[in-house]
Amino acid sequence: MDELLKRLTEAHGVSGDEGEIREILKQEVTNLADEVSIDRMGNLIAFKKGTKGGKKLMICAHMDEVGLIIHTIAENGTLKFSTVGSIDSRVLISKKVKIGKKKHTGILGLKAIHLQEPDERKTLVKSKQLYIDIGARSKDEASKLISLGDYAAFDTEYLAFGQNRIKAKALDDRLGCSILLDVLKNRYPYDIYACFTVQEEVGLRGAGAAAFNIKPSMALIIEGTTCSDVPGVDEHMRSTRLGKGPAITVMDATSYSNKEMVNRLVETAIKENIPYQMKESVTGGNDAGAIHISGEGIKTAVVSVPCRYIHSPNSVADMNDYYSTSRLVEAFLKGCE
Amino acid sequence: MKELLKKLVLCYGPAGNEEVIRDCIIEEIKDFVDDIKVDVLGNLIAVKRGVGKKVMLAAHMDQIGFMVTHIDEKGFIRFSRVGGIFVQNSINSKVVFRDGLVGVVSYESEIEDIKDIKLDKMYIDVGTNNREETEKLVKIGDVAVYSSGFAESNGRYIAQAMDDRAGCALLIETAKRLKSSPHEVYFVFTVQEELGVRGAKTSAYALDPHIGIAIDVTLTGDTPKSKLMAVKMGAGPAIKVKDVLIMAHPKVKELMITRAREAGVPYQMEILEAGGTDAGAIHLTRKGIPSGVLSIPTRYVHSDCEMIDSGDMENGVKLLLKILEEEIEF
Repeated sequence: MDELLKRLTEAHGVSGDEGEIREILKQEVTNLADEVSIDRMGNLIAFKKGTKGGKKLMICAHMDEVGLIIHTIAENGTLKFSTVGSIDSRVLISKKVKIGKKKHTGILGLKAIHLQEPDERKTLVKSKQLYIDIGARSKDEASKLISLGDYAAFDTEYLAFGQNRIKAKALDDRLGCSILLDVLKNRYPYDIYACFTVQEEVGLRGAGAAAFNIKPSMALIIEGTTCSDVPGVDEHMRSTRLGKGPAITVMDATSYSNKEMVNRLVETAIKENIPYQMKESVTGGNDAGAIHISGEGIKTAVVSVPCRYIHSPNSVADMNDYYSTSRLVEAFLKGCE
Repeated sequence: MKELLKKLVLCYGPAGNEEVIRDCIIEEIKDFVDDIKVDVLGNLIAVKRGVGKKVMLAAHMDQIGFMVTHIDEKGFIRFSRVGGIFVQNSINSKVVFRDGLVGVVSYESEIEDIKDIKLDKMYIDVGTNNREETEKLVKIGDVAVYSSGFAESNGRYIAQAMDDRAGCALLIETAKRLKSSPHEVYFVFTVQEELGVRGAKTSAYALDPHIGIAIDVTLTGDTPKSKLMAVKMGAGPAIKVKDVLIMAHPKVKELMITRAREAGVPYQMEILEAGGTDAGAIHLTRKGIPSGVLSIPTRYVHSDCEMIDSGDMENGVKLLLKILEEEIEF
């Protein structure tokens, strides 16, 4: 498991540039599915025929991640960028990124503390003020390595640490991708369409097209979601808690989960003795937002692995939650007949 | 129509939880339409068959609410808003859950300036003493709604959820009184309008009508030092020109004006600078659907005491009937 999660989380796949992660997932999924295809938007779709058939179930995880895109090469050889997906500028400072297909190393520099005025130390640095230093001395030198529109992804390593915990970038939503691979090892009563979607982080763009095309009778979205179970945060503002099992969403900013599906998820968890938690916040959105209003409407629900510090170079998850989520999704799919 | 409206505003139905209000509307409308169905998202679609144009009339049946997100040790409930709940309208107001459990919405009292109150500093008190007691009554994801009841004062009706049960009442009344129409008329009671006109998207896609008209409340500019807005309560139903989500289709707008004049119904034109309605979703469906909005001027929208005028309701029905009884030439 460690080896696969390491490959999935360290691979690049900033929204709009999912080629590398898609290729890895395609290789992994080919032996598990009956058919594998890539649609016009770039979504990777694995089909697994059901033992009974009759209905189509969509399971969905997005393969893209937040990152940066280069928009200017300055005269002095540094790079200006835009963020792709929502990133707090504070998590960018002094971080290392890898840029473009050739993965050139870049550093997000910040003026040393010695040189900062007292006021500067107190103000929040915006990502517009930041730049990437690739060690180039001039625009000409930088232009030989970097093209406008090159993407940059966080350069951090996957690491298992503590008791069954992991840290990596892009746990949102490579954990979901990995769970799709897990559950595809089995065959289920209904036909399964496992969708690894693109461009979720820039507005749920891939999932709508996939759902419109597949027209499933229901869709289950597997996510990595917010978790703020840390000191200084009021109990009611924590969203989810690490180690308490998969988080089931009632409502978030982009969809209201189908109640039959939510009830079935809860009943399945209880029956299978899988720990679970109800997500205690309604912020954030995911592919369900695009899927549920596709065509004449599609039933959706969302189950998530809690992840601390998402949308940063280092998020943290508990592998017990991961395995519980995987078991819950599998049991849910087995129970749909 | 008063009794019907009263019944509808007292029905429970926050966005995403439209089961009770939907059943109530089905009971009211079933004898006056040819067919009724409920779609995947929960929209109620009632049709009067005909051979002419497919006309989609949409009123949303959902209302705003308070969703339980956390129960603390002392039994107090923390919540998130379902749709446009505002701090200033919520302080110390009474709310009710689906099963009738009543609570009071209040805020952390160490906050001294009312401007500092945010929804996440507020809670619902259901009278319990600890977490265990509350957990027996509610669970995370349950939703409460405003509960001020129904009142009449000088020909004006006052209640929570006028937005948009007033529209639902108007549609039901229209279905009851419509003797014959050359058109196929769809009375659609949508879900999740308050969360982003979601039900209207899927129902319009499925029906693919020739014309869409949403029936919803709008704001007014007729109270002391109110924001500038030309709409007045009691001056007749409003014909929408624009809001945040739509520029009403000129032909639909003209049709509504023409029929109002023919029927001798007072009307006013409406430009709404904040908010939108189901028509915003309908008109962008598929290849585009000419759409407009008939609005009911409403004071104190998204509070537990929304106020409307009985005459505006009556005139709204007359205008809709006139539109449906005549030919639609586009």
